[in-house]
Amino acid sequence: MSDVQDYPSSLSDAASRKFETFSYLPALTPEQIRSQIQYVVDKGWNPGIEHTEPNNTSSNYWYMWKLPMFGETDVDTILKEVEACHAAHPENHVRLLGFDNFAQSAGASMVIYRGKTV
Amino acid sequence: MAKQYDAGVKEYRETYWTPEYTPKETDILACFKITPQDGVPREEVAAAVAAESSTGTWTTVWTDLLTDLDYYKGRCYAIEDVPGDDTCFYGFIAYPIDLFEEGSVVNILTSLVGNVFGFKALRALRLEDIRFPVAYVMTCNGPPQGIQVERDILNKYGRPLLGCTIKPKLGLSAKNYGRACYEGLRGGLDFTKDDENVNSQPFMRWRHRFDFVMEAIHKAEAETGERKGHYLNVTAPTSDEMMRRAEYAKEIGAPIIMHDYLTGGLSANTQLAQWCQDNGMLLHIHRAMHAVLDRNPHHGIHFRVLTKILRLSGGDHLHSGTVVGKLEGDREATLGWIDTMRDSYVKEDRSRGLFFDQDWGSMPGVIPVASGGIHVWHMPALVNIFGDDSCLQFGGGTLGHPWGNAAGAAANRVAVEACVEARNMGRELEKEGKDILKAAAKHSPELGAAMETWKEIRFEFDTVDKLDVSHK
Repeated sequence: MSDVQDYPSSLSDAASRKFETFSYLPALTPEQIRSQIQYVVDKGWNPGIEHTEPNNTSSNYWYMWKLPMFGETDVDTILKEVEACHAAHPENHVRLLGFDNFAQSAGASMVIYRGKTV
Repeated sequence: MAKQYDAGVKEYRETYWTPEYTPKETDILACFKITPQDGVPREEVAAAVAAESSTGTWTTVWTDLLTDLDYYKGRCYAIEDVPGDDTCFYGFIAYPIDLFEEGSVVNILTSLVGNVFGFKALRALRLEDIRFPVAYVMTCNGPPQGIQVERDILNKYGRPLLGCTIKPKLGLSAKNYGRACYEGLRGGLDFTKDDENVNSQPFMRWRHRFDFVMEAIHKAEAETGERKGHYLNVTAPTSDEMMRRAEYAKEIGAPIIMHDYLTGGLSANTQLAQWCQDNGMLLHIHRAMHAVLDRNPHHGIHFRVLTKILRLSGGDHLHSGTVVGKLEGDREATLGWIDTMRDSYVKEDRSRGLFFDQDWGSMPGVIPVASGGIHVWHMPALVNIFGDDSCLQFGGGTLGHPWGNAAGAAANRVAVEACVEARNMGRELEKEGKDILKAAAKHSPELGAAMETWKEIRFEFDTVDKLDVSHK
């Protein structure tokens, strides 16, 4: 039994709260963030940024940061907006979405900056 | 000039073999693989298939002359060799749309795979594909919600969904069963699943199962902050009982229920799918009995047909095979039928076994479910083959983890996210899979233990039902 590891997760531990795609991986590095943004652009999706308090992740509607960046394909421009959102809301989760207007769905949705969970 | 009644037996081909016919856009087209008895000419047996699956019988009858048989008859309009197999040939048959009741896959199958399959002049017969005209597609209700709506309901984007079938299949009490679900869900699964033969047995009646499983879902949701579901199997001895179970699932707030569409029956399935659409419920479809129908390369119904039938009858998920796991499934053929589940227009592509263009109009898509003997080492291939709009389901590959279900679930969740992240960065999953998983395991002891447990397990058997290609 000593070889068996406990799975650490509980209602009382705010760090147990996840936030969907990539929340089971370590936080993205700056280089990984760039390539994920590039992926959204290469797919032809419209980038959008949203943020929320870490205890409100399950809501459908996070706070929209400005408007989705329709037609924006420059990774640096998108990154700058993500950083601006993070600077304005440093304790919130900040996520990047790729809106696929043909499927009428988000093709991608990932938290780029992680907020404070405790 | 009116025809005269001439009693007796005519050869089928005089009436039902029409190589000059150009199919209409509204015709229902079928491709059969026909294996005739020795000495029966191809045109005659193909025409017989057309006749016996539409208006004809073995003899002339006077009442034929009371209608316009030339309008109502099915007809064989083309014959082709089967690559690499001289014992059989393809017969292409066109049926006028008027032959079938609107919105009834039951009626279509009763004609196309009815009496004709027992016809003596045939040694064997297989329905390879059907082209449903969009005019017919639009009379069917189809998937209750569809892929995009499911993503919105569950808040899952940009990755495959992750599930787990609870084992042992039979024998757990409802409370223990709920425990197994809870552990999987809190570890990072989106769904757990009733196995197909879990209905309402003496050891675990359905209502207790539903109650305990809902508590598991609620607690796991509160704990992880993510939305969860469990496919509550409502397959039942009667459709009234099926509906009673579905109503209760809705009453307690379950997001998704489950049905076995072949053993449960297509009338029941279509009824349930319509109800799910009206009640905002997702519907997971299992396919028990399919291999009885679809595995023999010369006789039965190809799975791509059963796929189309399900999309028309209605379901949001359908088991598709895994290509890589313990159950049969040729890779190219599987790619063909997962396109058939998801896409709005699928082009004819013989290299994937697709005999016709298929326009689905505005009918939503079905999420293919890969399930059966898969584990973390398969993850890179699965993500590559199935893409994001899929549900990857690890039963033993979750519950068999040495540290239990939560750790098994976390291992799979880390693995699927690592593969998606790597794919998005342009890495080739099937080539670099090992490195990707190893790197991810550095941050996840659960994944490391899973990789150690299943490192030697492979399922390498030859496929029985291969695509028809000349090198066979």
